[in-house]
Amino acid sequence: MENRADNYNDIKKVNGERYIACGLKTGRITAEGIVGNDCAAFMDGAVMEIYGNAQDGLGNTMNNGYVIVHGHAGDIVGYSMRGGNIFIRDYAGYRIGIHMKEYKDRIPCIVIGETVGEFLGEYMAGGVIAVLNKNNIEDPVGDHIAPGMHGGVIYIKGKVVDYKLSPQIRTEVLNDYDISILNNLIYKYEEQFHLSMSRNYNEYIKIVPKNSRPYGKFFT
Amino acid sequence: MKKFVMPEFMVDIDYTRCNRCGACVRECSFGGLAMNGDTVVGIDENCVNCLRCRYICAKDAVKTIPYPSSFKSNYYWRKEDISDIEKQASTGSALLTGMGNPKDYEIFWDKILINASQVTNPPIDPLREPMELTTYLGSKPDRIELDENGQLLTRLPPQLKLKLPIMFAGMSFGAISYNAFKSLAIASKKLGIYFNTGEGGIPPDLYDYGKNAIVQVASGRFGVNPDYLNAGAAVEIKIGQGAKPGIGGHLPGAKVGKRVSETRMIPEGTDAISPAPHHDIYSIEDLKQLIYLVKEVTCYTKPVIVKIAAVNNAAAIASGIVRAGADIIAVDGFRGGTGAAPKRIRDNVGIPIEFALSAIDQRLKEEGLRDRVSIVASGGIRNAGDVIKALALGADAVYIGTAALIAMGCKMCMMCTTGKCAWGIATQKDELAKRLKPEKAAEQLINMINGWEIEIKDILGGMGMNMIEALRGNRHTLRGLGFNMREHKVLGIKAAGEL
Repeated sequence: MENRADNYNDIKKVNGERYIACGLKTGRITAEGIVGNDCAAFMDGAVMEIYGNAQDGLGNTMNNGYVIVHGHAGDIVGYSMRGGNIFIRDYAGYRIGIHMKEYKDRIPCIVIGETVGEFLGEYMAGGVIAVLNKNNIEDPVGDHIAPGMHGGVIYIKGKVVDYKLSPQIRTEVLNDYDISILNNLIYKYEEQFHLSMSRNYNEYIKIVPKNSRPYGKFFT
Repeated sequence: MKKFVMPEFMVDIDYTRCNRCGACVRECSFGGLAMNGDTVVGIDENCVNCLRCRYICAKDAVKTIPYPSSFKSNYYWRKEDISDIEKQASTGSALLTGMGNPKDYEIFWDKILINASQVTNPPIDPLREPMELTTYLGSKPDRIELDENGQLLTRLPPQLKLKLPIMFAGMSFGAISYNAFKSLAIASKKLGIYFNTGEGGIPPDLYDYGKNAIVQVASGRFGVNPDYLNAGAAVEIKIGQGAKPGIGGHLPGAKVGKRVSETRMIPEGTDAISPAPHHDIYSIEDLKQLIYLVKEVTCYTKPVIVKIAAVNNAAAIASGIVRAGADIIAVDGFRGGTGAAPKRIRDNVGIPIEFALSAIDQRLKEEGLRDRVSIVASGGIRNAGDVIKALALGADAVYIGTAALIAMGCKMCMMCTTGKCAWGIATQKDELAKRLKPEKAAEQLINMINGWEIEIKDILGGMGMNMIEALRGNRHTLRGLGFNMREHKVLGIKAAGEL
């Protein structure tokens, strides 16, 4: 991950100011405090590091770059994300990764250290979400997982009760390719937050769409 | 036993004229014609009346007619109603369809009449006098300040400058072909107006037309990145559209080919779904947040448009949108077209643009907010007469969608969802799309707009006006024919004969 010394900004006592780093293509911003809504929204290549928590809309429609949160994030993280990486040390709220997209090698990733709320990955069309559940909570993800998912993949460590899985998705066991992706993401997570995470891939489940046309039969 | 489905149309071939060239068979993309040995035969159940064969046949040997045998005549249970149920009993699905509401609700444009000058305020001859149609769309300041040299001190919010008050409505690349999309771009550039990209983003090689593009941010956020936002001349946040108020967008997988997949960043062959709400807009305050996010990312250099469908409380919604910081409000009436929408929603949800527009214009005036936004009206604007009436009812400009497609060659067969458009417009199949030549289609669009421009100037001059601003919201120039008292009140116009 790049550490650019040029164009480096350090802001302190941040208290809910909105749109920090929005649309930013280069450089690095470090913020201390609580960043407001739509932080790093439409971000296109910069690095946004937060020592504190993020409110809602972190990385909204993000295109490229890195977001690192040494804390937790609110709702709507990575809405319609199309590239780049978001690493959240602790938990995140509802509606994470809705309608994430990918194309060829442009694959967005969201990694959450603890748990997430409802509607994870709704309408997902591409990309990777990993819920690492480092505190080994029994039920790490909220209800209504990925309704309308038609692309991409979600990895979750822990058990997911059946009723939470939307009709459009199914669970699978991780294969070698999944393990290499997950290993890479966990490695980056460890590097950012100076933590040591388990590598027991048997504890993970993989969520994929049943098919690429989940609503194919709805309309004629 | 083969399952019989009552066809809508019959392919009628006049064998005394047919020379068996087979052109119609090749040109029909729906499988409505075939060669049986040496003879051309029609396959009635596949015919959708797109008229490609009729226009192509050198011998006038083929025509499509309503299927001559049908269900027993029934004023209430029509053929369409029976066929719809047959289809649903077979598939278990919701019915999907294309283009705008075709139902026989009243056409209110045709009940509104336009004034003309006679003696006391003489008409102006547009052949002789210059007529100003230039229109600026954007937020206007409450007051302006000039310095001692008469130069403007007030910083104006960003404006769109149009040669005349007509723009091409949002029709996504995906819903229409690359060639059709490009035709709209070329025409808007030559005409000095704007086209709207619709939900599907802009293919990268068309960024050159960005200066004439209104880039749309819909709930699926297809193709949306900072370059896209900054490539356009304005950004439109699409909350709804007239053909399908309250629901999201749906591009069938058959129309997600390689290029669409690349532009929208979703897998090929997948249905491209735009969710019903933007999942980051759950309140009017959230809308304000998104409007200002877009302004931040574009450095406040571009007007932000919010597009809504015409619904019951459109006036209140519009008031909220103004207060949320939008520069332009686009409102789309229930006759608005679509590439794909559930039939029941298209036919039953939403209200006519005539009423929504009037309600919005009058409400914003009452609240003292009218100058803070420009209003763009759309949803079945068919001709220059409709344009004049829309302006008089309060619009600053109109979007045209269906009319533009017809100018490019659409024959209104309404089968856009199949992706088999024989005219190369609503398809992603290369062999069909290449039938539409962008330069030629653009020329047809330009011709139509030029024709409308002459008509608009004629009508304006006839009213004794030489600038479009004199018409805007000037409902005193209109009279109604056959409206009831309530409709008069909503529209704010008098009855024909009233002073």
